[in-house]
Amino acid sequence: MTEFNLFSKAPNGELHTKWEEYKNNLKKLTPEEANKYKVIVIGTGLAGASASATLAEQGFNVHAFSFHESPRRAHSIAAQGGINAAKNYKSDGDSVMRLFYDTIKGGDFRSREDNVYRLAEISKNIIDQCVAQGVPFAREYGGLLDNRSFGGVQVSRTFYARGQTGQQLLLGAYSALSRQMEKKKVVFYSRHDMLDIVLVNRKAKGIVTRNLVNGKIETHSADIVILATGGYSNVYYLSTNAMASNVTANWRAHRKGALFANPSFTQIHPTCIPVKNDFQSKLTLMSESLRNDGRVWVPQKKNDQRRPTEIPEGERDYYLERIYPAFGNLVPRDVASRRAKEVCDEGRGIGPTGFAVYLDFQKAIDEKGEDFIREKYGNLFDMYQNITNENPYETPMKIYPAVHYTMGGLWVDYNLMTTVEGLFSIGESNFSDHGANRLGASALMQGLADGYFVVPHTAMDFLAKETPLMKDITDRPEFKEAKDKTENEINKLMMVDGKMAVDEVHRELGKIVWDKIGMARTESGLREALSEIPKIKEKFWNNISIPGSDKDVNQELEKALRVKDFIELAELMAFDALDRNESCGAHFREEYQTEENEAERNDKDFKYVAAWDYSENENPKLFREELKYNNVKLKTRSYK
Amino acid sequence: MNINLKIWRQSSGSTKGILKSYRLENIDPNISFLEMMDILNIKLVKEKKDPVAFDHDCREGICGSCGFMINGSPHGPQKATTVCQLHMRAFSNEEDILLEPFRAESFPVIKDLSVDRKAFDRIISSGGYVSTNTGEAPEANSISIKKEYADEAFLSSACIGCGACVAACKNSSAMLFTSAKVSHLSLLPQGQKEGKDRVAKMVATMDEEGFGSCTNTGACSAECPKEIGQVNIARLNQEYISSSLSSLLKKKE
Repeated sequence: MTEFNLFSKAPNGELHTKWEEYKNNLKKLTPEEANKYKVIVIGTGLAGASASATLAEQGFNVHAFSFHESPRRAHSIAAQGGINAAKNYKSDGDSVMRLFYDTIKGGDFRSREDNVYRLAEISKNIIDQCVAQGVPFAREYGGLLDNRSFGGVQVSRTFYARGQTGQQLLLGAYSALSRQMEKKKVVFYSRHDMLDIVLVNRKAKGIVTRNLVNGKIETHSADIVILATGGYSNVYYLSTNAMASNVTANWRAHRKGALFANPSFTQIHPTCIPVKNDFQSKLTLMSESLRNDGRVWVPQKKNDQRRPTEIPEGERDYYLERIYPAFGNLVPRDVASRRAKEVCDEGRGIGPTGFAVYLDFQKAIDEKGEDFIREKYGNLFDMYQNITNENPYETPMKIYPAVHYTMGGLWVDYNLMTTVEGLFSIGESNFSDHGANRLGASALMQGLADGYFVVPHTAMDFLAKETPLMKDITDRPEFKEAKDKTENEINKLMMVDGKMAVDEVHRELGKIVWDKIGMARTESGLREALSEIPKIKEKFWNNISIPGSDKDVNQELEKALRVKDFIELAELMAFDALDRNESCGAHFREEYQTEENEAERNDKDFKYVAAWDYSENENPKLFREELKYNNVKLKTRSYK
Repeated sequence: MNINLKIWRQSSGSTKGILKSYRLENIDPNISFLEMMDILNIKLVKEKKDPVAFDHDCREGICGSCGFMINGSPHGPQKATTVCQLHMRAFSNEEDILLEPFRAESFPVIKDLSVDRKAFDRIISSGGYVSTNTGEAPEANSISIKKEYADEAFLSSACIGCGACVAACKNSSAMLFTSAKVSHLSLLPQGQKEGKDRVAKMVATMDEEGFGSCTNTGACSAECPKEIGQVNIARLNQEYISSSLSSLLKKKE
């Protein structure tokens, strides 16, 4: 009998009215009362900027921190394809219930019903909010908003702004944040890395930061702390994440008692530009929206060296269309990625490395014309041509899966609060809504739902029950202790004096994580990872070199502080993947698959969220939250 | 390919900078410019020398973090391309490549090729938004917008705030940046209510921040990696005149 010892605190009641009723019963503060409280927000991407702006509008004094120069540089800006919302503008039978169900099913029945339903409900408000801010979404000739389709669903519910939806949404949230900065309700700290959480009487009451310009270690106190620090895909070294995206803020919170949930649930996006050489620093995504008009194929023959245009139709294998006639090229990401790996492992991959498949637009160009394709995907085609030096209007794109998003993250309850009181986590940094696989165009939706429409209510309720500090408390010993610890750690890193650049160690770590905790996992591979990662850790602490001073801009030190935490996270990912003796969504354990090579879930034993506790010298301890499905029927995902 | 780099090294905003030479051999022409910089920095770290500081993050040409002068052009020789999207095949074997930070009084140097562009945030803060609080929005499709206007607004809003326009301008004017935001919002009904106030405040902030005046040379648009057009500046001027006129009329009243 599995023991469950973690509870979501979601209210009882009817799914459809639960959030509205709960929200109405939450405690409220007037702007005058709210003005007595200070809120720290870490990260100012979609989730952090939208939360900061909204909390400031409510009257709270927000101190927002980012390692970037400006909030507009956050990695949310790179999201291409779009944002889902159950508006049913196309009258194609969409509804909140349908978006809810698609998300639960897409996540392979490993997400929390209550959270996902709330997300689907709120999706509609997000579009209203963004349009009011002036976000220039794509429109039809009649002047109304346009939609397109994304993977894993059969309705058209994705709102978009060419291939730059994330940019436009982030600029919207940034404009709302800027307005509050002008009103002095938000103080923005640019180029600050958060390096520790400070607890006072077991509640999050502040942070330790490093000013990246002058190296100063600073402490800041507040009534609550909200983490909006994104995902940890860069544990793989190569990913589609921006170079500086990291797990450090979350990991430091984890070390201070915040449980880390489902760390091994990492999304491998099927359509990225393949790795070309050893110097590669990052991978570039080609939006999933391309699968609306692009067809995925490989040659039927192994090691077929002919140019794609020389391979006749009859000798091509459009394998997604063949295996999944109902969804075809629009199957969810995990399925498309795994199938690409499979055909490449069979020796049918293309390109110089053999680890790529074609994404072909010829049919769409023939049927709809090149101008139509240019209008819809022009910037993506240009980007592809610029990187690869090949023209995708003439020859098919070469693509291969790459790490893109992390469903795992800090465990949060229904209020988006972590297991540390007063410490909230929103957007990609929490684990909450996507289960074992996220559907396309749902990350922007969750970031903005959490930031604009959930945490402002739940944080206000929490604060209404707290006595406001009303003053700076950084003179308390807890702050001094955390600051000293951070300074000691930096001194220790500066003194390593080895011969390797931090990037080199990071690349070695990434290779292990990709090979053993990537698209396909096995018990023996995971055990190997657990024996290899400590060696990387040793190498890191003995061999890295950080020239220059820590009292100055030092980009090598910044990297070292991040890689140090990635190494510890990688170990936890292996423990998590090893514990989960089933396949679900993006977590594919080769031992657990159906005869048709699909993921084989084990609902009897693993219908839970795995949340891990940190312990310095022992194996992490597992807490389980049972997942209950009262409104959907558990079944095997099928996209055939 | 082999290249000879000359790079501006400046340890902080308060110290003097100098140009230093570095030679790299056997560089694969298919790597990106910043991957070449990574190779240089790993080499420097291994020699226990301070690596070159430069801003970069998404490496997809959208976050606006990267940007420095390459042989006198912001973001280098390739049209409509940020540094991070530039590849070594745009250069020739044995080429001399000069790297300097964006030069503008309003963009103080932080270190080496990294500059502080927070002045741009302050311009946006002074009016680059629609004053609407979360939760107050009407149903999205109750606002109908002609596709042409929405598309035009998108093109203006595609600005990534990298600062190349300022670096390209002989007067270090931020006119293209400011006008892109003014245009984006003035093309849409949501932004029009506050239009007159917005343009006056944003132009005033632009001046306070020390950016120079615009003399319509068009260097900004020519160097803009996102091809933000001169038409935005014309729109700003139109908005600005209309704003000045109406405040003049108000005074007379």
